[in-house]
Order: sequence, then C-alpha cells, then structure tokens
Amino acid sequence: MNEALTPAAPDAADNPPVQPIGKVIAVTSGKGGVGKTFVSANLAAALAKRGLRVLVLDADLGLANLDVVLNLYPKLTLHDVFTGKATLDEAILPAPGGFSVLLAGSGMVEYSRLTPEVRGEFLRVVHSLVPRFDVIVLDTGAGISDVVLFAVSLASEVLMVATPEPTSLTDAYATIKVLVGQQQRDRVRLVVNQTTRAGSGVAITHQLQQVLDRFVVSSLGRPFTLSHLGDIPADPEVRQAVMRRQLLMQSQPTCPASTAISQIARVMAEKFVSKAG
Amino acid sequence: MPPDSLVDLHALQLDDARALLEHDAQNGDRETDESAVHYLQRVIDGLCDLSLKDPLTGLGNRRHFHGVLARAIETVARSGDSVLLLLLDIDHFKSINDTHGHLAGDQVLRAIADCLARCVRPVDTVARYGGEEFAVILPHCRPAFGRAVAERIRAGVAALAIDVAPLQTLSATISIGGAYAPEWVRSTADLWIERADQQLYRAKTEGRNRVCLDQPRELAVSAEEKGLLFSQLELDELALPGPAPTRVNA
Repeated sequence: MNEALTPAAPDAADNPPVQPIGKVIAVTSGKGGVGKTFVSANLAAALAKRGLRVLVLDADLGLANLDVVLNLYPKLTLHDVFTGKATLDEAILPAPGGFSVLLAGSGMVEYSRLTPEVRGEFLRVVHSLVPRFDVIVLDTGAGISDVVLFAVSLASEVLMVATPEPTSLTDAYATIKVLVGQQQRDRVRLVVNQTTRAGSGVAITHQLQQVLDRFVVSSLGRPFTLSHLGDIPADPEVRQAVMRRQLLMQSQPTCPASTAISQIARVMAEKFVSKAG
Repeated sequence: MPPDSLVDLHALQLDDARALLEHDAQNGDRETDESAVHYLQRVIDGLCDLSLKDPLTGLGNRRHFHGVLARAIETVARSGDSVLLLLLDIDHFKSINDTHGHLAGDQVLRAIADCLARCVRPVDTVARYGGEEFAVILPHCRPAFGRAVAERIRAGVAALAIDVAPLQTLSATISIGGAYAPEWVRSTADLWIERADQQLYRAKTEGRNRVCLDQPRELAVSAEEKGLLFSQLELDELALPGPAPTRVNA
C-alpha cells in the first residue's frame, strides 16, 4: 500500500473526531480548599486548547462555586434544568477558557440531598451531555457525601486533588478507601497542587500507594493503582488570578502553574482521553 | 374565655375526635371546671398522640417513625453521632396467622412489641413499620455495640413464651437488618432504610432468626495507617514553611 495515500492519523489536538469522545471525569478531593474547582476550570481550558470539546459541570450541588471562580453569573442554571424551567442548551454557557460550563446556581442548595429525583435528574443531564462533548468534567464537592459519591460513580476516571499537607493527604487516602470499597474502583489519578519542590508528587503517590496496598483490598481482588498525573507548583500567580477571578490559563498562560496544567492536559489527552479509552 | 359560639363550633366538629379518643380509652369528656381552651388543647394533644400511635401494639406508627428518622438524619449531619437503624420482621408470621388464627397473630404482635420496648433504652424509638415489621432507631449507639444490641433483641424475642389461648403458648423468632447513618453526612431516609432493608433481606435469605448489619463506611484511618503515610516522606516533601519558589520570569 502506498504510504503517501494513507492519511496521517489525525492529531486529537488539531482535529477532534467528528464523533465526540464523551469521557466523564470527576475531579474530587478528600479535604475542601485544595484547589479542586481551580484545577477543574484550568484543566478544562488546557484541554480545550488542545482542540477538545470540554464541558465543566458544577457537581458540587450544595456549595457550588464554579461561578465565583469563572466570574459568571448566568440567569439560567442547572437548577432551572432540574426544575424544567430551562432546556439543557439554554443553561450551557461558554466560559472564558474556550470550554463550556453548566453552573449549579445558588438555588441548588435544595438539591444537596441525594433524593431519587435528584439522582434521576443528574443522571439524565450527564447522559445527554456524553454524546455532545469529548470531555465532561464533574467538579464535585469534597469528602464522601452521598452527592459526591454519586457524581463520582458516574465518571470513568477520577482525579483526586490534594496538597502536600498531612491533613489533605490523610483525607485523600480516606476518600480513596471509600471509593475502592464502595465503587470497586481500581484506579484513581492524583494531582498534587501547591507543591514546593520537584518530585513531591511522585514521592507522595508512592507513599500513598504503599499504604493502600497494605490496608485497602479491592473487593474484586484486583490491585488498586494510584497513578500520579502531575504536580502543580505553588505559584504566586495562582493567587493573583483567583483574587481577580481570572482563569490562570488565560491571564498567565506561561507561568509555572499554567505550564504544569498544560502538561497534565497533554498526559490526559494522550493516556485516557481518546476514543479507545 | 373565648365567646361561646366559637366553643360550640369546635364542640360540634370535635364530636368525631372525642369518639376516637374515648374509643382509645382516653378521657375525652370535658371536666366540669375545665376551660374551653384547655379542653380543646387536650383534645388536640390526644389526637396528635393518636395519629402517631399504632393502636394494636401501642408503639409509634410509621408516621412517628419517619418523623424521628428525619430528625436523626439532621443530628448525624450536624454532630456526627452514631445512629443505628434496625428493621425487624417476624419470621413466618403468615403461618402463625394461618395455623392459629388472626387473634393469636395479634397476640404475637403485642408480645413482641412489648419485648422490643423492654429491650431498648428510653432514648430509642420503637415503631411498628408495617404488618409484621418493626423498626428501632438507636441514637448514640457506637458501632462496637450495634451487634450486641441487635442480638439482645433477637434473643429476647426468641425466648418469649406467648400466651395465645388458655394452655397454649407460641414462640416466634425475628430477623433483623441494620444500618448506621454515615457520620457527618446528611443522608436521606430512603437511602438509609434501603441499606437496612438489604440487610434484613440478607438475614432472611441466610436462614432467619439472625442479625445482619451493614458494614459502616470505612472512613476511619488508623494511627498505624497515618504513621505509614508520613513516615517515609521527607519533611520538605510536605508543605512546610520554606523559601518562596523562585519564579522564572520570561
């Protein structure tokens, strides 16, 4: 066969396949305040930069704050979709970083309980998003409430965000234990935020894996793998961007933290955001 | 003292209520020196009481149970208290009814209800959940004690000699399923009951007259685990105060 006639494999970055990939990724953490929503939004921007169609869904129904991070205050939100006041299309908004968002809105406080109705509505929304986007990022709450566990259960990949502090790592470990025990997860990917030296994340992942190997046995008898996805270094630009309510990937695309996030997006695109995965 | 016309109106509408209360052997009559307002309040209190009680056993009814469970969910969410929910079902109750008649069945229900009420603390709530199904809500019940309490209830019922007719006693057993509310988490009544119900189903399929408890979520990280988490990490791996990272300026 003439090689010249074979079209080069399309680079996912430049030419997204016509058929959306529909990968659902949950971003979660054991402890609150470790930068979960910051990571969700900026990672979405970095993935969008690679040509992927990305939507971030505010899955922290009770205490949603993606709107604050993105400085977006829409009239129609997920709340209106749940109550039938808006269609999904009306509530999906373009975010500054070239991706789409579905914000929970303050009215979602009443949805912080996982009733069968909330479960059904949530499931319906995610199901209708899957055929339309390459990546659907579920920005969940911290900890192991029913809503968080349910949102995570819908995702095929779990990104655990932790900072290199003992409390954050302990809570991340406890949450992973619950995910393995309840959802039979055999892989969670770790992003270590606010690292102060190179190699921290690898060392932390290795240590967590050792303790997990010893104390956490997946009920299906499969080994559990904690994959190190990347580190985001402590960077004064992050605080600046958060305070100004700007997306770091947009305002400081070359600062160390942005560079790290782009690198994480590259690994994700290559490793598990693909048609095969 | 409100105008007479108002009292008369209430008196008219309360005829049925009074009949209900009298039927339940409570004093529905107005005492001679009692004011109309007090009387009205007493009738309303009596009705409220009646609406939450199961007439056969005197236990709380399903409505009462749901009210207590909803409050327990709030307590668990705010205080992290360990609250155990038990669902209990009389084994082969239908055959008791079929063999000995419905009156005997009622005697069995009453005897078991009394036994359940005796087996628990005053802070616990025992309710008749359905036909031959009971529920117990046990606040401040540490996971280490849950099984012991449930076993005590099961053994207590199994040891009963229930008089159903002169010179005729029956014995009965119950199956128990239980689940703790996830601590510090605002669960829902449906999810919690569902977990307990699954355990009750398990107790039935595993042969009845037994206790099955839902394993509480393993959230606890032991001291040994914590020690191992950090022992190997060098101090500077963890976020301790240090020099600010150098910024590479473009």
